[in-house]
Amino acid sequence: MSFAYAVKQAFSQIGRNRIMTAASLASIIAILLVLGVFFIVVVNVNNMAEGVKKDFDQIQVYLEDNVDPAQLDVLQTAIGGIPGVAGTTYLTKDEALEQWKEKWGENADLLDRMDTNPLPNSIIIEVADLNEATSIVAAVEPMVGVERINYSQDTVDKLLSVTRTVQLVSLVIILFLIFISIMVVSNTIKLTVVAREKEIAIMRYVGATNWFIRGPFLLEGVIIGLIAAAISSALVGVLYHYFVGRWGVEFLLLVSSSFVDEWFLTENLLIIFAALGISIGACGSIISMRKFLER
Amino acid sequence: MIEFRKVSKSYGANIGVKGISITIDDGEFVFLVGPSGAGKTTFVKLFLKMVDADRGHIFYKGYDVTKLPPRLVPQHRRSLGIVFQDFSLLPKKTVYENIAFAMEIVQKAPRTIRRMVPQALDLVGLTKEADKLPNELSIGEQQRVAIARSIINNPDVLIADEPTGNLDPETGWEIMRLLEQINRRGTTVLMVTHSREIVNAMNKRVVAIKNGRIVRDEKGGLYHPEEDDDPVPRPKEGALSLQ
Ligand SMILES: Nc1ncnc2c1ncn2[C@@H]1O[C@H](COP(=O)(O)OP(=O)(O)OP(=O)(O)O)[C@@H](O)[C@H]1O
Ligand SMILES: [Mg+2]
Repeated sequence: MSFAYAVKQAFSQIGRNRIMTAASLASIIAILLVLGVFFIVVVNVNNMAEGVKKDFDQIQVYLEDNVDPAQLDVLQTAIGGIPGVAGTTYLTKDEALEQWKEKWGENADLLDRMDTNPLPNSIIIEVADLNEATSIVAAVEPMVGVERINYSQDTVDKLLSVTRTVQLVSLVIILFLIFISIMVVSNTIKLTVVAREKEIAIMRYVGATNWFIRGPFLLEGVIIGLIAAAISSALVGVLYHYFVGRWGVEFLLLVSSSFVDEWFLTENLLIIFAALGISIGACGSIISMRKFLER
Repeated sequence: MIEFRKVSKSYGANIGVKGISITIDDGEFVFLVGPSGAGKTTFVKLFLKMVDADRGHIFYKGYDVTKLPPRLVPQHRRSLGIVFQDFSLLPKKTVYENIAFAMEIVQKAPRTIRRMVPQALDLVGLTKEADKLPNELSIGEQQRVAIARSIINNPDVLIADEPTGNLDPETGWEIMRLLEQINRRGTTVLMVTHSREIVNAMNKRVVAIKNGRIVRDEKGGLYHPEEDDDPVPRPKEGALSLQ
């Protein structure tokens, strides 16, 4: 009965303060949208970093197009003799394309749109000891028939440090935005609290418990937060979908890692935003009520 | 029984009450009189735990109000009915709703509310006004609604801070008859007043406070004008500003 009362009160307050509710909804949605962008960046950077780490123990040696089987044999034997090499595998350009298609999954049809296979034949070196990777690269690089080596400790290190920086900066910004939205909600609710100050005073005099008084305001905040969460995760989902459709191929070619799946991301975003919305709303209303319930 | 034992409360440099000790028995009717700023409202607020005492104890129903933890304060207030200067009716609720509200917030069953509110309205003689809004009532009628609201949860003590303050004498007497009737049902009544006529006519216990101290406590007492200040406020010298 008490919960039903709180729900009824919360909705009637939202109804009474339509403009303020709309204003705070808009600001929280705006904040969650920015937050969503950072979330997407972090998730994708993480995804990319995972991929990079997985490729760490492999050195890919791109071969010139004119290498014949005899040369290939010589190369593989030579490479196999370098200390720190566990083994080598020859990968044709067609196999390489197949691998990419597998890796891209859903987005594989993007590759079919290309007329020719842009990938070279290559030798994959399994590295036994990562510390020797640099000396292996140095030994392989001058060999005849080698076009380019797709491995750079530097790049890997840089990428990983960039990843950490992006994660840290995003975390700080996300926390800051959460703080801002708590303030926004608490200000909205403060207005409804002030408007109902007399009612609250009467409640306290008559002996209503703090939770009974707080309940409707708490729910009001939670409802605002949840609505904002639903709207902004839908918006972010749609934007991401559009973005992946438009830039997916470029991204893939650039960093050889595909975007995180849209549905997976939107689903998680909804859960995260809902949790955030609830806590933002709850914190906001508790902050705004604090002063009024001191006594 | 209410017992104040050497209770003091000051607001910074302002003295609220100072070392007050008093015992009020169940079912008593007590007038609290004294000049403006004497500490009467402070006394009442201490008992309601609207302010905290600096020193001393207030015993009631076997517990010490000054030591009451916050979570038990609502329970404490539920045994008290309050008619206060700054505790008026909600303007957007009808008379019926204003009274029912006091029951709703202590989570009384709807059935109980439907049964009790008409009884309270009948007691204060406002059955016909149930569906009116407060601003459609006279000040005296509004005060009666406030009294109905204050007793709706069957308080053991009714605390009224100047309930006849802005009423004409006749309406004031109506309120007094009502309070006496409530007192006869067994409710302890503690009433703050500046009205000499009322105090002198009612023949009740009179407690006079001045500068935060009890200066007189007399059964069947009278109103002593020398204990009160000049009721007509005089502008302080130099307090007037142009424009
Ligand atoms: N919240 C407060 N902050 C500071 N001083 C206060 C506060 N409340 C009361 N006082 C001071 O405490 C003293 C006692 O005030 P109180 O309200 O108890 O007087 P009172 O007897 O009820 O007066 P009145 O007859 O005018 O209502 C006064 O000097 C007053 O200025
Ligand atoms: Mg007073």
